Amino acid sequence: MSLLSYIIRRLLLMVLVLIGVSLLVFTVMMLLPPGQRVAAYVTNDRVSPAQMDAMIAKYGLNDPAPVQYFRWVRNLLHGEFGYSITASSPVIDGFVRFFPVTLGLVLFSAPLIILVGIFLGTLGAVRKDTPTDHFTRVFAIVGYSLPTFWLGLLLMMIFYGFAGIFPPGTVSNDVRNIIYGEGYHQYTHLLVLDGILNWRWQVVGDALYRMVLPTLNLVVINSALIMRLMRSSMLESLGQDYMMTARAKGADRKTLFRRHARRNAMLPVITVSGLTFAGLMGGMVITETIFDRKGIGWWMAQAALQLDVAAIMFNVLFLGTIYVVINLIVDLIYAYVDPRVRLS
Amino acid sequence: METRTDQRQLRPMHPRLREMLFTAKRFLRNPLSVIGLSLIVIFGVIAILAPVLEPPTNRDPYKIPHNGYRIEPSPPSAAHPLGTTQQQYDMLYGLVWGARSAFKIGVLVVAANLLIGIILGALAGYFGGIVDEVIMRIADIFYAIPFLVMAMALVVAIGRGLKAVIIVLIILEWPSYTRVIRSDILVTRGKDFILAARASGASHLRIIFSHILPNAMYSVLILASLNIGTTILTAAALSFLGLGSETGTADWGQIVSLCRNWIVGTPGNRFAYWYTVFIPGFVISLFVLGWNLLGDAVRDVFDPRMRRR
Repeated sequence: MSLLSYIIRRLLLMVLVLIGVSLLVFTVMMLLPPGQRVAAYVTNDRVSPAQMDAMIAKYGLNDPAPVQYFRWVRNLLHGEFGYSITASSPVIDGFVRFFPVTLGLVLFSAPLIILVGIFLGTLGAVRKDTPTDHFTRVFAIVGYSLPTFWLGLLLMMIFYGFAGIFPPGTVSNDVRNIIYGEGYHQYTHLLVLDGILNWRWQVVGDALYRMVLPTLNLVVINSALIMRLMRSSMLESLGQDYMMTARAKGADRKTLFRRHARRNAMLPVITVSGLTFAGLMGGMVITETIFDRKGIGWWMAQAALQLDVAAIMFNVLFLGTIYVVINLIVDLIYAYVDPRVRLS
Repeated sequence: METRTDQRQLRPMHPRLREMLFTAKRFLRNPLSVIGLSLIVIFGVIAILAPVLEPPTNRDPYKIPHNGYRIEPSPPSAAHPLGTTQQQYDMLYGLVWGARSAFKIGVLVVAANLLIGIILGALAGYFGGIVDEVIMRIADIFYAIPFLVMAMALVVAIGRGLKAVIIVLIILEWPSYTRVIRSDILVTRGKDFILAARASGASHLRIIFSHILPNAMYSVLILASLNIGTTILTAAALSFLGLGSETGTADWGQIVSLCRNWIVGTPGNRFAYWYTVFIPGFVISLFVLGWNLLGDAVRDVFDPRMRRR
């Protein structure tokens, strides 16, 4: 199979999965009675029961399920996602406000998670059965076992509660004044990038300062999986015949490990790096809640607590879509790097 | 030593028994697996002896008793050996009965998933074709949504509470079991002894249950023991977010959620409330660590590539 036909096949499959995801999300929300689903259309706090019934009739929430499904999908395609109580605005406005906060943290933590995982995994494999190896293995299994929320609370207690450094939140009040003050343009709504573009280093510094603990929290919890996989994959590739050949031909240790072993060992890790995203998003819900960062994860937690149906449906659908797309990209990279995948 | 080997030669052990003995020996040689097993055993004993260790005072033993409603947690004392949480819920009581909740969640979820996974995995792997395609594509859809996020949405739809959490975890975890069992069955299906069984006229059910599943069981057991840890973590996370049990229920995640406002101590003593933050999360970590170590050990012991070394 050529790379092109592989891509086309995967794209078609992706569309099918996305339709499935939308069906699943819809089915889950249909478990709620119409009286609660109508919340997606209510824009103020005080609505009388009679008005509620009128709205249920108006939006057809008692119609047969397939009719409602197609109406919902049509609305989605038109960009109508309903009204979010927790964001006190239409869902799409809430998304525009919350997403950059999450994206900022993902852009920092995801590469770190992968790098730390690959580095420590390689280290463990190269120095197998030494104290270094034992240490990284213990680190991995402990990281795997810690509840995200507890590690976050401990970090906060030690650094913020005791030492008084690394406060929660996304920015300090001073910096908020700068951001909403005159002469400051929010080009991307990403704090760090905007800070650089506006040449305001105070913004950059504060935003980074407050990302230290959340990033640490996410890295400890999420790099464990990659670390374990990298170690076993590296060990396997160290035992292959081509390593013997390379050694026989006089390659030094550095070349041996870097060029021959690690390159091959990285292959399965590429796949798992895509999977890490799911864990990262789950961790984001907890991390943002604990460190008081008003991003998508925080929004999702609030929405779940307050039965904000529109926001829940949108977020699940959005995160599902992103995840599917990321996995597709990862698979394509894999297929490009390793032609064996395409042929099977 | 020699007499023992002699005996074995005289009366040959049943091969399955010998295999089990060998496995147990290998298992006990690894210190990590012994630590894992001990942790689980200790938690198991605590869960079983809960009514003796902490006699219930309420009619519902899963309701943690509390003295008054004072918001500020109180430090460990004779009356409360591990202190109290916010609103004076006794920590030790909550943790001891919480061990029961944890086992209940873990065992129920994993048992239900094993059942679903075996049925669906066997159907998909053994019959293949359209059955396989339908089951596995549905599994793909479940895989497409980040786990915790989907769990949150489902809990909201079903209604909060520990029961809802258990149901949600069952609904969400079956795809991984089904996948593992299916791929194991695919490997076994083509083996000669299956063909032999079929040629001798064994029914589909008989082939699946007495020839294929026993051979596919190990990888499922590994998955199950590793999965209990993740299950408990997710349940705890849901409780922590306020989507699990009610306030005051003996459920570890719920107890941690009570400490959220106490990470900053008093001006004189900055770690004033460390006990209410540290203890419940530490207990969850130990429990999950125990299952993960156990799962790792079971994998190493059963992995044919690592076995005879």
